[in-house]
Formats: sequence, C-alpha cells, structure tokens
Amino acid sequence: MQNIYSATTNRQIPVLSEADSAERSTQHCVARVAKLAKTFQGKVALNDVDLNIMSGQVVTILGANGAGKTTLINILLGRMGFDHGEVSVFGQTPGSLAVKRQTGAMLQVANLPETLKISEHIQLFQAYYPNPMPYQQVLDYAGLNDMQERFSRKLSGGEKQRLLFALSICGNPKLLFLDEPSVGMDVSARQGLWQAIRDLKAKGTAIVLTTHYLQEAENLADHIVLLKEGEIIKRGNSDEFKASVSAKVIRFCSPHTLANFSALPAVLNASQSGKYISLQSSAVNQSLQALLQCYPDIEDLSVSGAGLEDAFLHLNSTPLPLTTSPVNQQGVAS
Amino acid sequence: MNPVSASTAMEAGKTTPMQLLRVYALEAKYEWLKTIRNRAFALPALLFPLMFYVFFGVLFSHGNEQAATYLLCTYGVFGVMGPALFSFGAGLAIERGQGWQDIKAASPMPAGAQLFARVWVCSAFSLIIVLSLAVVAATLAGVSFTILQWLGLIAIWVLGGLPFCLLGLTLGLVLKADSAPAIINAIYLPLAFLSGLWMPLTILPSIMQQFALLLPPYHLAQLALKVANLDMQQPALMHGIVLLVFTVIFLGLARLAYNKKAL
Repeated sequence: MQNIYSATTNRQIPVLSEADSAERSTQHCVARVAKLAKTFQGKVALNDVDLNIMSGQVVTILGANGAGKTTLINILLGRMGFDHGEVSVFGQTPGSLAVKRQTGAMLQVANLPETLKISEHIQLFQAYYPNPMPYQQVLDYAGLNDMQERFSRKLSGGEKQRLLFALSICGNPKLLFLDEPSVGMDVSARQGLWQAIRDLKAKGTAIVLTTHYLQEAENLADHIVLLKEGEIIKRGNSDEFKASVSAKVIRFCSPHTLANFSALPAVLNASQSGKYISLQSSAVNQSLQALLQCYPDIEDLSVSGAGLEDAFLHLNSTPLPLTTSPVNQQGVAS
Repeated sequence: MNPVSASTAMEAGKTTPMQLLRVYALEAKYEWLKTIRNRAFALPALLFPLMFYVFFGVLFSHGNEQAATYLLCTYGVFGVMGPALFSFGAGLAIERGQGWQDIKAASPMPAGAQLFARVWVCSAFSLIIVLSLAVVAATLAGVSFTILQWLGLIAIWVLGGLPFCLLGLTLGLVLKADSAPAIINAIYLPLAFLSGLWMPLTILPSIMQQFALLLPPYHLAQLALKVANLDMQQPALMHGIVLLVFTVIFLGLARLAYNKKAL
C-alpha cells in the first residue's frame, strides 16, 4: 500500500526525473561486449562489436544469414572463443557454471529426444538450476498446460518451439537468449510468447532476441542492433530505425515485369514479392502520377511510410528471404 | 532488483552434494526412460543376442553342451557391445545432429551427469541381456555353471562393456547423425565375427586367430570363456591388460573428440 503523504512529497520532484532515477536503479548491465573480433579461417565473422545488454531490456539482433548473429550468441554463451576484445557476462567469463545457472538459451534445434514427455523434459531441466521457476509457471508462460503428458515425438513445429522456450526459462534466468523463437508458431502461440517475453522483461530479465520476423522486433525490442558482415552498422530503437528511411513505399499488383517500374521518376528501388511489386519513392506524388499514367491496369494499390522491414532492407541493402506477409504497412489503400 | 555483484554470482555457483546427487539420479532416470521407450533401439538391442543364441546355441547345436556354453560366453559379449555402441554412439550422434546437445551444453547440467546416465543405461541393458541369455542357457541349452561361475561371468560381461561404452562415446562425438548407425554396424558386426563371437576362431585360418589378438572383443570373450575353461589358454592377465589399454586409448580419443567439438 502506498503512503499518501510520502506520495505527495514525491510529487514535488519532477515526474520525468522520478521515472529517470527509477529506471537507473532498476537497470544494470548484465553482459558487456567490447571491441569483439572473431575470424574463421581468415574470414571476418565479427569485427569491432560493442554491445551492452541491460537487465529488463530486450535487445534484438537483426541481420542477414551469415551476418554474425549466431557467432555473437555462441560467444556470449561461452560456446565459442574469440580473437580480440572483451566479453563478460555477470562480470564473469561467459560459459562458466555460475553464468550458466543464471542464463537460459533457446537455440535452433531440429528435434529433441522424442520419447520423453513434456513434463519430464521440464522437470529434468529444472533440476539443473539452483532456483528453478515453479513448474506451473513454466507451463503457463510456454502455454503447455494442456499437453504436459504428450511425448515430444507428437509435437508440431510450433509446439516444439514452445517446449524449447519452456526449457530456456525454467531456471529463472536473469539473461535469456532466444534464437528465432517464433519459427513455426501460429498466431495465438506467438502472441503468448510475446506476452511471456514482456512479463519476463518486466521482472528484470535481460533478453537477447534474434528474429527474421521483423514485426516481432518492432513489438518487443527496446534496442535493435543491425549486424552486417560482422559489424554493427546501425543501432537504436524501432522508431529510430524507421526514421532512417525517409522514402515512402508504393505497393501494387501488376502483370508487368519489375524492370518496367524501376525507371519511373523518383523511384529509388523496386522489388517484387509474389505478385506484389514494391517501389521505394523519394517523391510519392511524382512517382504515383507517372505510375498511373503509364500503367492504369495496376491493382490493389497502397502507399505507406517505411516500416522496420523497409528500414532493414534499406540499411542492409541485400535482399533477405523474408517470409513475412504484408507487415508494417499501415497503408492508405486507394 | 540489486545490481549483480560478484557475491550473488558466487552464490549461484554453489551446489550442495544433495542437489548434485539429484541431478545425476534424474538424468539417469530420464536417460533410461528415453532409451527403453525407443523401440527401434530397445527391441533389437534386447532381442537380437537372445534370438541368435536361441538359433545357434540352442537349436543348431543339437544338444552339444560345449557349443552351447561357448556361444553363451561369446554372445554375452556380443550383447553387451550393442547398447554400448548404439546407445552411446548412434544415440549421441543423432542428438548432436539435431542440435539437442547444444541445448544441454548451454544449460548448467554437469557434463559428468550425462556420461554417468549413459553408462548406467548401457550397464542396465547389458544386465538384462546377459540375464536373459543365462536363463535360456540354463533352461533350454542345458548349460550348467555353479553360482560363482554365473556371478563371475555376469561381472565380466557387464564390467567388460566399459571400453565399448568409451568407443561408442568417441564414435558418437565424431560421426554425423545420418551415417552413424550404418558406420557403427560396419564396425560392430565385423568386429564380432573377427573376434570369434559367432564361431570359434579355431575353425578359422590361423592368420585370423593372430589378427583377433588386436581386437578388444576377443579379449573380453576369452575372459568370459575362461570361466567355462573353453578359452585359448592365454593368460587372463594379458586379456585384462589389453582391455585396460584399449579403455585408456578410447578414453583419450573420447576426450580429444570432446575438446575438438567444444572449440
């Protein structure tokens, strides 16, 4: 219960600095990466990477395949050495037993031992940790209440992901790695996962997330880091990422080939996904006018501000195998 | 929430012996459940040695007690090698290939717990296999041993499985998941034949008898046959030393493979 009088005295302090100081006292650096470099047989995997992972924050690492995301996570987990720089987790060497006991990791796994039940998997992993999360809470977070007695053989891809998520949190981690957690999950499972991540974050868990699903990054991340060829080329929050792209996106269906559109005025970049063509334009009116004049038969036209996906593509400027359907297009359909 | 200081990190690093014991016990329990429920592994491992023995030791030996006794000793070795090579070897290779071992390695599971659990499961399987062989041998094949002989034989079989566990561990750490079962079969079956586990080496050319001296199953089989006084009359100490040397070699190889994987 709050004391009215002390609350009143507190109000004399400006609200902003109150929130500010509260934030400072609750957040601390859980893992620190400084000037990290790693090469594989002469090929640069990571170069000059600096990263602070704070408690109560979700850090999302974005990047194309081979950009160095997995290498960075493996180094933070202590499963891989590095050439230069410093890495410390909870002030210690990554991968030490004391660190592992406060860390959870959901890595990409093709399959898990099929002849154990979900409840057995969880109970075994709980035993590895000194202060495990209560069994029921693990089930609730992972949404596995109805399938405790199922063998992992009989799980769908999304259900396996939920079990792996359960195993990653069952030690009550202060630092949690989630490598592509929502792969194969249906919409409701994904919502459940996001809610669990938000809850854990609110409890002070530091979360490192990699994803190909940019809406996930947009929804969850406090801090986004974009890796390209082993270097961090951009960092900031979701809004800052989007702001880095001033262009608008024109999207439509057309029977014509992509090449026809890239020559239109003010078009910076043209791309195609399925039957949809997307044009990035620095002057929407100009591009639209020319587009409608030359190709009056286009359908399903929409114009939107750049989403995280566009920012990502723009910054990365290498096409990604993005499987996302129309995301981030809070567009104006006409 | 307070900043993580060195002291809280240290606290999280402490384990009581009871907690450690519990992890070992649970790991062993679930390794056992995982293995026994896996019919594709458990049924062949438990039934093949018994089936072979019923065919060759009981039905085709036409009441020849000596043949039945010889084959009991050698099929016991054959039966013990199976789980060691397949549960350890193929099972581990498959779990590595799936990425499951990465999850285990990232968890604070003590590495010894998994090793212990797998050795325990192999020994338990070995015990079931040799006991079922013993029951068939004593009831259907007319093999007669004293209690002491039986106990000695069972101890030799089960303890003798250890070098094969370590060989399986090495293979499991080195082989790729998709080829592991085939490669392990290609090692297991010729090794069994060339060591005289299916038929006495005395009916094979002498060069093969010489070659068998290089194979660990030969020495384990000779130790088992010594209980029935059907061995080649070589000193037991030599067999013991050779098995010990192989155990050390396989242990070294397994460590090498483990460290290479960890890099």
